[in-house]
Amino acid sequence: MNFAQLISKKETNAYFDSPSAYIFLVVFLLFSGWFFASPLFLANSADMRTLFNMIPILFLFFVPVITMGLLARERSSGTIELLATFPLTEVQIIMGKFWAALKLISIGLLFTLLHLLTIIILGTNIDYGAIFCGYIGLLMVGAVYASIGIFASSLSNNQIVAFIISFAIIFVLYMLQYSLFFIPAAFAGFFQYISIGYHYSNMARGVIDTRNLIYFLSLITIFLRLAIAVLEIRKWK
Amino acid sequence: MIRLENLVKDYGTVRAVDHIDFNINDGEILGFLGPNGAGKSTTLKMITCYLSPTEGNIHVGEANVIDDSLEIRKKIGYLPEQNPLYAEMIVYDYLKFVAEVRRIPDFKNRLKEIIDLCGLHGVVNKTVQTLSKGYKQRVGLAQAILHDPEILILDEPTSGLDPNQIVEIRELIKKLGKEKTLIISSHILQEVQAVCDRIVIINKGKIVADGSADQLKSGFNKKMSVTIQADADEEALKLMVTNLGNMNLTKVKMISATLTEAVVEFDRQLDRRPEIFNYIKNNGFTLYELHREDISLEDVFRNLTIEGGKK
Repeated sequence: MNFAQLISKKETNAYFDSPSAYIFLVVFLLFSGWFFASPLFLANSADMRTLFNMIPILFLFFVPVITMGLLARERSSGTIELLATFPLTEVQIIMGKFWAALKLISIGLLFTLLHLLTIIILGTNIDYGAIFCGYIGLLMVGAVYASIGIFASSLSNNQIVAFIISFAIIFVLYMLQYSLFFIPAAFAGFFQYISIGYHYSNMARGVIDTRNLIYFLSLITIFLRLAIAVLEIRKWK
Repeated sequence: MIRLENLVKDYGTVRAVDHIDFNINDGEILGFLGPNGAGKSTTLKMITCYLSPTEGNIHVGEANVIDDSLEIRKKIGYLPEQNPLYAEMIVYDYLKFVAEVRRIPDFKNRLKEIIDLCGLHGVVNKTVQTLSKGYKQRVGLAQAILHDPEILILDEPTSGLDPNQIVEIRELIKKLGKEKTLIISSHILQEVQAVCDRIVIINKGKIVADGSADQLKSGFNKKMSVTIQADADEEALKLMVTNLGNMNLTKVKMISATLTEAVVEFDRQLDRRPEIFNYIKNNGFTLYELHREDISLEDVFRNLTIEGGKK
């Protein structure tokens, strides 16, 4: 196993050794089940659209919770000193943490495939391509949120502070496209382009455009790089 | 060999370490002594590559902390002042994680050795947070020595332990010190005196003394002072001092019907206790006590580190 995998394994074990992973999964499935079942029964519509629209909002609350401790807790308990004096680079530490968060998010998404199964049984004319794109989109959104959460967690040794910072960044980035009417027309295009919601809505509709993928991958890279920089700067302070 | 070269560390505007310069030889047990906030931990953190120096460099063999940080980290085992344990982890899993990151090939056997060495039988299957402070400290030590490092750095390894635990940890450190270059920081003088070959005292980021415990004491005080109890009277002892020459009588006093106590001082270079013994014997008296009133390392420490300390 390489070093990033070792860190990732440690974090995954930590998630599942404590109740946090189970609580995350149960509550996430409860909410996503609600958003799936209500249109199914109330509107008699067997599709994933509502679910796909709601999961990014659920992630807005859930992902910061699973990432807030990743570095903040290492700092408050002093174990960062162990990691930082191991023969590991900051890149390996951050990548390991990122993989662990992404794994947990993917497990959560994997459980929502149960809803897909319901649709396959009940529905007709299922657009598998669109659903596949939607899942890729959700994975991207989850990864972006996780990278933002890890960056926020690197800034503070207080988990609550880390949560609030990541929540605020994600909220602004996601909601930008819904507040375009506040923004002068000249900038509207730009603000729409940097909004997570804009890029995700394309994918949720079943279109994978390289522009959307590049946008997501750049955001992930930027925030992980920032987190790495925060760890590196600590040595010089 | 570890070479600290003109080392400086600033935290913002505060200078924590101020041009420190010294060598640590292979196999040496170095005690790094100083009051709280003197810059001990900061210096150790720079050797372990946790912090980067503001100025200067640290060389470990051919490598240095600025260019070859990862190489140096492989050679060092480090127990920070704040023991870096994951509270929810089981001791075995914790050590296994460390072993995997440290790339220890035969983990199972190595772990057995370490458990024996650190006395961790009976706690390997417990979670870290349920352990007593003494056991936590041993797990921390086990973590530091798991990869059999050439250099072992322990930052205040016994602070916060009860006297029995302190003795146990100290025994363990002594065992480890036989094979490794060992740097221990402490503000407890007996500890450093008990285990270290060499002592470096640091205050306000600067080195104020460097040498063995004996050297430090003798550098501080050139005189040796000796207490004598004998069944002679005051006059006889005064006469002895005059006859032997080159010594001062600082105190003489009858302490019982037959015994007199005297304190004499002479140059530390020449131990004159045999002369005193022989003089008293040859003059028909009996010597009850002859003992060296040494200046303690505490006195040296206090004088070097208290502001405006009297010399």
